[in-house]
Amino acid sequence: MTKVTMTINGKSVSGEVEGRTLLSSFLREDLHLTGTHIGCDTSQCGACVVHVDGKPVKSCTMFAAEADGADVATIEGQANEDGSLNVIQAAFQEHHGLQCGFCTPGMVMSAAALLKDNPKPSEAEVREYLEGNICRCTGYHNIVKAIMAASGQDVSAIAAE
Amino acid sequence: MPKDGGIGASTVRREDVRFLTGTGQYCDDMNMFGQTAAVFARSTVANGVIKSIDTSAAEAMPGVLAVFTGEDFVEVGGNPAGWLINSRDGEPMKEPKRPVLAHGKVRHVGDAYAAVIAETVEQAKDAVEAIEADIEELPAIVNMKDALAADHYVHDEIGTNQCFDWGWIEDNRAATDAAIKGAHHVTTLELVNNRLVPNAMEPRCSMAQYNRANDEYVLHTTSQNPHLTRLLISAFVLGIPENKLTVIAPDVGGGFGSKIYHYGEEALVLAAAKKIGRPVKWTADRTEAFLTDAHGRDHVTKIELAMDKDGNFLAFRTETMANVGAYLSNFSTATPTFLHGTLMAGNYTVPNIYVNVKAVFTNTAPVDAYRGAGRPEATFSLERVIDKAAREIGMDPIALRRKNFIKPDQYPFASAAGLEYDSGNYDALMDQMEKVADMAGFEARRKASEKKGKLRGFGVNAYIEACGIAPSNLVGVLGSRVGLYDAATVRVNATGNLSVMVGAHSHGQGHETAFPQVVAEMLGIDPQSIDIVHGDTSKIPFGMGTYGSRSLAVCGSAVVRATEKIINKAKKIAAHMLEASDGDIELKDGVFSVAGTDKSVTFGEVALKAYIPHEFPLEDIEPGLEETAFYDPANFTYPSGAYCCEVEVDPETGKVSVESMTAVDDFGNVINPMIVTGQVHGGLGQGIGQALLENTTYDENGQLLSASYMDYVMPRADDLPFYTVDHSQGNACTHNPLGVKGCGEAGAIGSPPTVVNAVIDALQSGGKNVTHIDMPMTPHRVWSAMQNA
Repeated sequence: MTKVTMTINGKSVSGEVEGRTLLSSFLREDLHLTGTHIGCDTSQCGACVVHVDGKPVKSCTMFAAEADGADVATIEGQANEDGSLNVIQAAFQEHHGLQCGFCTPGMVMSAAALLKDNPKPSEAEVREYLEGNICRCTGYHNIVKAIMAASGQDVSAIAAE
Repeated sequence: MPKDGGIGASTVRREDVRFLTGTGQYCDDMNMFGQTAAVFARSTVANGVIKSIDTSAAEAMPGVLAVFTGEDFVEVGGNPAGWLINSRDGEPMKEPKRPVLAHGKVRHVGDAYAAVIAETVEQAKDAVEAIEADIEELPAIVNMKDALAADHYVHDEIGTNQCFDWGWIEDNRAATDAAIKGAHHVTTLELVNNRLVPNAMEPRCSMAQYNRANDEYVLHTTSQNPHLTRLLISAFVLGIPENKLTVIAPDVGGGFGSKIYHYGEEALVLAAAKKIGRPVKWTADRTEAFLTDAHGRDHVTKIELAMDKDGNFLAFRTETMANVGAYLSNFSTATPTFLHGTLMAGNYTVPNIYVNVKAVFTNTAPVDAYRGAGRPEATFSLERVIDKAAREIGMDPIALRRKNFIKPDQYPFASAAGLEYDSGNYDALMDQMEKVADMAGFEARRKASEKKGKLRGFGVNAYIEACGIAPSNLVGVLGSRVGLYDAATVRVNATGNLSVMVGAHSHGQGHETAFPQVVAEMLGIDPQSIDIVHGDTSKIPFGMGTYGSRSLAVCGSAVVRATEKIINKAKKIAAHMLEASDGDIELKDGVFSVAGTDKSVTFGEVALKAYIPHEFPLEDIEPGLEETAFYDPANFTYPSGAYCCEVEVDPETGKVSVESMTAVDDFGNVINPMIVTGQVHGGLGQGIGQALLENTTYDENGQLLSASYMDYVMPRADDLPFYTVDHSQGNACTHNPLGVKGCGEAGAIGSPPTVVNAVIDALQSGGKNVTHIDMPMTPHRVWSAMQNA
């Protein structure tokens, strides 16, 4: 067992982990941050995306020990300080960018990373960026629309409802 | 009526907040005190005799608490088929036992033959590796045609690989044959409806607790229908009395059919929790999901369309082989029969229909209902053969469809496939589709594509489906072993807010938002004061759950009936409070008043009076304000639609891109347009996935080659376009109180033939005489078809 210490959503946390413990397992099992989801075992689905030192990472591809000393952000820390939904979260709700909700945390974290690098992405750029996030419910229409809306672009021309 | 949040409002979903903030509670997010882990030993061969299983080494491993094999479940029941199908000769279908754990034989890769319960998942996994199973591999039966000719069987005891040989309608067979024989033109098409894996993003998970003091069990599980799961476990599998078993389906991460069914893992964790006296949890990994979730589709079909010299349809004749896999999943026998054969009239006034379906056992995962369930198979066959026929006789494919459409004045319409359609207007749908898709501009867009070196095609489709499953009396006659009503309890609390307990289960459909819109509209109160309770058999009335686009049409109707009872009783209480006759009481905007006077009481005051019944006419009215209704539909509902899409095909590579997709649907009345549109989007994504990307592939040894997201091509954001969705042409359902038809499956039904028709059109426009390509239309398949044309 190895002791790890990292900052998660602004708070310092420590834990004892095995060498094989994945960051996703550490978050879910040890810290009870169950908003980070596990949807596959091949790092394809993206339900487990978190930010590590500001960069999006599939937390099932990273050992917890590798995140020792890192600054980690998860879905649980994304809302505004008063608890209200942040701009991306609010856009997902406003534009119905989620249905069952299982892929949603990863989608929101990927969207946040995209908009940080590319504040006004085109439709094609959003779609390409989401290549690593699979959603089975929405057909992606409203996810793409929500992310473009969150970037401040006018999405009223994109099909209604 | 509430201006915001009643019927017709695109209210944003209240459930979103927890999902967007990571505070949803899916099954695997929960842990119990003292919880242990279950891991299954699964067959690596498709067909084999279990000679022996030695668990002694596994039992001695660190942390191991128990090891189960099929021997432990010989005395209990099996997981049953929910629908009895009789063959053409009157013989009932073959129903081999489906045990909790394989016993005697393993029958598909992934078939579980043992399970380890240990302190941790890692310990259980290690112990599974230590189980010594001597399994003698037998030749696998994979291909359906081979299976029907084989002299060895998936289930030796039944002596055949044919589950049934079903004819619909057998009395129509001779007339259909004669119509085809005498027809001016017959178009024939052989096609494959490709096998799909539903792939809800949340893998299955089951967690059981046992309370020895009261001999009670609680099962948390990923289910679309907790009461149905409980009924199956209680009445058929483990015999646990229903009053001793609570089944809870909490937040569930998508279903698409795959979480309708009871699976052996649920029974195993229950039995294990009792044996070791501690909670037991199992969570599937994605590979297990691919290997063991019920798959969808997998039909091999020959369809013939007979026409007269003017293009009038005279007959459809269909022969289908339907794969049911290694065991009968709960609705596997209904899907290729009554959810498929009865839809073979489509939207058309065709007088003669005959469908033959042979269901075939193979050494593959069970196959059952997946989004659409039988209806996509019917629509695909019909709409592909119609398109082919239009080309053969040189008629515009839309004109040929319109010529044969059922007309608005023909409802109720008795189809030759045995259903009575209540309402529709297929020409109006087609008109709207032509308009919103800007068909007039297609030729210009085709020229622009050609300038880029691409072939552009236009494809069209008309569909009808039967939803709102289903009238119990009718399905009982047809072989269903369950009723298909639903139920709701409306509980008005003393302070005037409401808890509405529903039998439907929401796993993405937005019931927590849409059902309160209905109740709020009826009572004239704020929808935010109404909460939906679902998914817990200890809290909700016995309903049949969510599938077949039934939640609103069936359970929503139960909500309406229960709310009507609430209004009736509340009016009596109000009449007493206002010293008036209850016939004079009116309810408007949440206020009860005496007609023609200014005397009134609010809904909240009536609620409080019901629970504090001072000066209450107890001889006439019971205290309290809570009502339950069960609703059994009079008929199926019949959503319909006209879809079109435009594709570009790269002639150099065969790659297809969907440039536009338009869905115009008749869903009857719409409660929340935003949610309805989202449901269509999702179906379109899955349908385009089926048409272009997704395929479930077993090799000749029964090994699943597409068992991960590295190999099974899920549609991703950059595979799909923005869609145009329109539901302005609704014709209210005539037989349920909301006039709703159901919207969950339409997109997945209407889109696959639309995409294939468009690709064929593109290739034809490029001078390639390609008449059919099987799905998924991968670049390789499209390119090969072009080379061979």
